[in-house]
Amino acid sequence: MSDLTKLTLKAAVDGLKARDFSSEEITRAFIANIEAANPRLNAYVLPTSDKALDMARAADARLAKGEGGPLEGAPLGIKDLFCTDGVQTTAGSNMLRGFVPPYESTVTANLWRDGAVMLGKLNMDEFAMGSSNETSAFGPVINPWKSGASNADLTPGGSSGGSAAAVAGDLCLAATASDTGGSIRQPAAFTGTVGVKPTYGRASRFGMVAFASSLDQAGPITKTVEDAALMLRSMCSFDPKDSTSLDVETPDWTQSLGRSVKGLRIGIPKEYVVDGMPAEQMELWEKGQAWLREAGAEIVEISLPHTKYALPAYYIIAPAEASSNLARYDGMRFGHRAADAKSLTDLYETTRAEGFGKEVQRRLTIGAYVLSAGFYDAYYVRALKVRRRIAEDFDNVWGKVDAILTPSTPSAAFAIGNRQIDPVTMYLNDVFTVTANLAGLPGISVPAGLDKGGLPLGLQVIGKALDEATVFQVASALEDAAGFVAKPEKWW
Amino acid sequence: MAVDVATVRRVAHLARIKTPEGRLEPLAQELNGILAWIEQLNEVDVEGVEPMTSNVHQPLRLRDDVVTDGNKVADVLSNAPKSADGFFVVPKVVE
Repeated sequence: MSDLTKLTLKAAVDGLKARDFSSEEITRAFIANIEAANPRLNAYVLPTSDKALDMARAADARLAKGEGGPLEGAPLGIKDLFCTDGVQTTAGSNMLRGFVPPYESTVTANLWRDGAVMLGKLNMDEFAMGSSNETSAFGPVINPWKSGASNADLTPGGSSGGSAAAVAGDLCLAATASDTGGSIRQPAAFTGTVGVKPTYGRASRFGMVAFASSLDQAGPITKTVEDAALMLRSMCSFDPKDSTSLDVETPDWTQSLGRSVKGLRIGIPKEYVVDGMPAEQMELWEKGQAWLREAGAEIVEISLPHTKYALPAYYIIAPAEASSNLARYDGMRFGHRAADAKSLTDLYETTRAEGFGKEVQRRLTIGAYVLSAGFYDAYYVRALKVRRRIAEDFDNVWGKVDAILTPSTPSAAFAIGNRQIDPVTMYLNDVFTVTANLAGLPGISVPAGLDKGGLPLGLQVIGKALDEATVFQVASALEDAAGFVAKPEKWW
Repeated sequence: MAVDVATVRRVAHLARIKTPEGRLEPLAQELNGILAWIEQLNEVDVEGVEPMTSNVHQPLRLRDDVVTDGNKVADVLSNAPKSADGFFVVPKVVE
């Protein structure tokens, strides 16, 4: 039989339903891939092979009876910030090493309800704070892709780097991920995969280790736009356990795929041109516009004037929320506790100095600073006002366009260690993605071309709140036109 | 607004992160780099703009004030660094 691990999620689900192969067979094939690749790629922090086989056999039993959900028997990888009942969940941090949640996140519970199989927990930047996976306490994930003849290890992006590398390297059919400033879409762009961040409130945050609560949203990383539509539907639900969960229907987004984009108005924001953006990324963006125009869409130049202020605002708001959210790690009830503290304050401070890595400490310090007396109005409140300006930019164009097309990232994947010198340079990775988080809008990254070194580049589609249908429709047209079929050459 | 070593020491304490003296100066430089970049927000006219704290345009839901969960002492304590007799055990601290 052909290699089952190369199937798309859709093809695998269909094959399982038709009983062409069993869930146990495809699960074993992925376990073999993980065992062979993980020492090199470091995508999984915790493979859960025994649990996977138990879940696969249970799925096979349901399939044998003609039962089963929309993802029945499909082996997935889970980013290690989704709490999984009885399975260690660390968010990539030493603070949570050994933490075993006694409950399940709503997103993963929805996937198991629909029949999916868990292959293991995926590596990530510590508490999702990073754009290269280098802040993980478990070491960086290595991108399956290489540039040209160079053998240098590249980053798969972050913070969902483990998810993106695992999907690109055929270590799972698809993976869960999360996006606070671009952490689904940037790694997807760096690995030739599809990543979707839905409208804020579509996917429950219950049981997802918090970074910045007003921005965090779960979504899938997959091989195709169709897979993303399929998996996102399972992940989303109204959840009374999340106070910001939206009480709305979850549509069947696969219905939007392949639908003509004729007559759709696609906005091209003139502010999404940044200094130092490679010519290839510019050309790809222009190509994307040409593809959509040929498919009958109308290309409209638009202005989102506050775009350049999105990242600086984000680097106040996200650290501020993080400094509040991560106050819970005090060494008392769960997580790491320092030994031999001299006082209560010393116990807190030593516990947090030992448990948190450098980038997390840096952001918590910024967060405490911008929230502190005397600076709260100048930094935090001002950033919240700028955030509204950014959201209004989008509100002002929705009368003229149905969706917006941008590059996903300012560059292709870069080498490990390359951008660690200066935090601001690293932060610029999210310049095109962060606006959708601040405004709560859905966004997708679709692989659309290669740079001259043969590395994948992505295009992003941003849509109106709750209008993932149009986002998927445009993404599907881009995918068809781009005909992106490249895969990384196996070296691991 | 340049951040000096004394400010970093104070903020690190507010964040409850023990920061060795030798780390304060480099951290001040990093923060100054980030804050200098953030200063550009001062260019934006925010006169009369309401601060935006949430993307969700719906009022917070209310539910009936009834017990929906509980009696999970073992679960609650299952990740405690130390526990005994149904309680968290914390180090003895006399200050």
